[in-house]
Amino acid sequence: MSLTRLTAAELAEKIASREVSAVEAAQAHLDRIAEVDGEVHAFLHVGTEAALANAALVDEQVAAGTALGPLAGVPLALKDVFTTADMPTTCGSKILEGWRPPYDATVTARLRAAGITILGKTNMDEFAMGSSTEHSAYGPTHNPWDLSRIPGGSGGGSAAALAAFEAPLAIGTDTGGSIRQPAAVTGTVGVKPTYGGVSRYGLVACASSLDQGGPCARTVLDAALLHEVIAGHDPLDSTSIDRPVPSVVEAARIGAQGDLSGLRVGVVKELGGEGYQPGVRASFDAALQRLEKLGAEVVEVSCPHFEYAMAAYYLILPSEVSSNLARFDAMRYGLRVDEGASAEEVMAATREAGFGPEVKRRIILGTYALSSGYYDAYYGQAQKVRTLISRDFSAAFAKADVLVSPTAPTTAFPLGEKVDDPLAMYLNDLATIPTNLAGVAGMSVPSGLAEEDGLPVGLQIMAPALGEAVMYRVGAAFEASRTADEGALVAPEVAR
Amino acid sequence: MPSESGAISRDEVAHLARLARLAVTETELDTFAGQLDVILGSVARVGEVAAEDIPPTSHAVPLENVFRPDELRPGLSQEQALSGAPAAEEGRFRVPRILGEEA
Repeated sequence: MSLTRLTAAELAEKIASREVSAVEAAQAHLDRIAEVDGEVHAFLHVGTEAALANAALVDEQVAAGTALGPLAGVPLALKDVFTTADMPTTCGSKILEGWRPPYDATVTARLRAAGITILGKTNMDEFAMGSSTEHSAYGPTHNPWDLSRIPGGSGGGSAAALAAFEAPLAIGTDTGGSIRQPAAVTGTVGVKPTYGGVSRYGLVACASSLDQGGPCARTVLDAALLHEVIAGHDPLDSTSIDRPVPSVVEAARIGAQGDLSGLRVGVVKELGGEGYQPGVRASFDAALQRLEKLGAEVVEVSCPHFEYAMAAYYLILPSEVSSNLARFDAMRYGLRVDEGASAEEVMAATREAGFGPEVKRRIILGTYALSSGYYDAYYGQAQKVRTLISRDFSAAFAKADVLVSPTAPTTAFPLGEKVDDPLAMYLNDLATIPTNLAGVAGMSVPSGLAEEDGLPVGLQIMAPALGEAVMYRVGAAFEASRTADEGALVAPEVAR
Repeated sequence: MPSESGAISRDEVAHLARLARLAVTETELDTFAGQLDVILGSVARVGEVAAEDIPPTSHAVPLENVFRPDELRPGLSQEQALSGAPAAEEGRFRVPRILGEEA
């Protein structure tokens, strides 16, 4: 079997036992990237030399008997929103084209310390704003299931790299669904940890109160292994939670045994029904039956304010964006367009040339929502709705250990279909946004293929803050049961 | 307060773009004004929720001041800090004029 078809856990075991070298593992994935990425376009940058150098170092350490982390030598695709001192970091934007950050993000540093081989940086919607990667300044990523369709976004590059077997592990960030929605539409696993669970130091900010880095993989166990590498307190991020990391690897292993008796699974009444594609709804209903078969008690819960989540999100997010992206001022790093005599003119010309339309729209929207006269009606009211959504979650988690919904309302749609209709694009994150607003944890696990188009559907599992263990347990149990019956979701071989 | 019909005008978008230091084109103004109007019409729904006595949430996790000992730690060197600068001179960021001729 090709090394690129192995899970991260299998590959790590083979590397540790010297059955396969880390260099071979890295080379197999670099070859696969060379073979298919011309069509998939998951990567913005491939760091061949650094990847092979890391792998060689791991092989030396294995040979010397050095104790290594459980994922040492396993290749990984890193979303191009985390700073890397040895690779460019563009965030999918022209304004950062060619920029080399002077330091590593904490996530990057932890990956390196764990001996993980970083293959390169993955494509994304510009500054993580979008649900399709079509807002990348470097062209879209193509869904390996159907190259004419979107891979989700903003982390479409990371998800597509997994689905196309270009990497067994990836890192994404999730501000409103940017890990979970791409996972759903590519048939992969994506986890948004509790807010503050993974350090944001060196993660270029979109909306600081919502952004959260997290693991992406093809299996729940692989995501759990990666979760434990990147999670945990970081003194460099003052919003990072100073509490022990939940034991998600153990939870995933227990879950895989397939017993969910005693667990209550809450179906969120407001996340489903109309607006969701029939095949998505059918897959979700089947998932509920499977969870019941595994012993879980399925109950209905109501979160009445979730219907206002998208409205609140698209006020809070642009407000934070308009403030955060003020740092791109053409003075200290990034693009400078020398048009005009004053700093202000240069700034305006640079930002006009360097930002794409979605980023500009959100900056203008945020500037509006924060302006005096509108602040109370928009931003202020949105923050109150945020409180009500958190309260809805608290009430729901009193009745259920985890909550479930479809991850996204549709399967992967054709490239170009929604790119000129911002509101239609925003609807993709209908079911994922509430968890970001409340800071709780969420994951997407493949639930099968939609009958009408044969494309992957995701099951979203949500858990209370720092409740990742139960979330991984349910995810692993569901995955083990589903793959035993239907097999793992494998994208068709990418055409050559 | 937001107006009843048409939340945002083309002139307003132009004003906001100026505030946000975006030298948008005339074509962009036309496109954005229409799109932002639709988006604002949709997000204005937050106003339907009766939330007068509800405290706002700025952050899902309660934030507290985080302190650390005041001790020397390595930071970026001057060279590293300037490494991405569009223009640098004598170890500093070289920037366009920020004050008027008269100042």
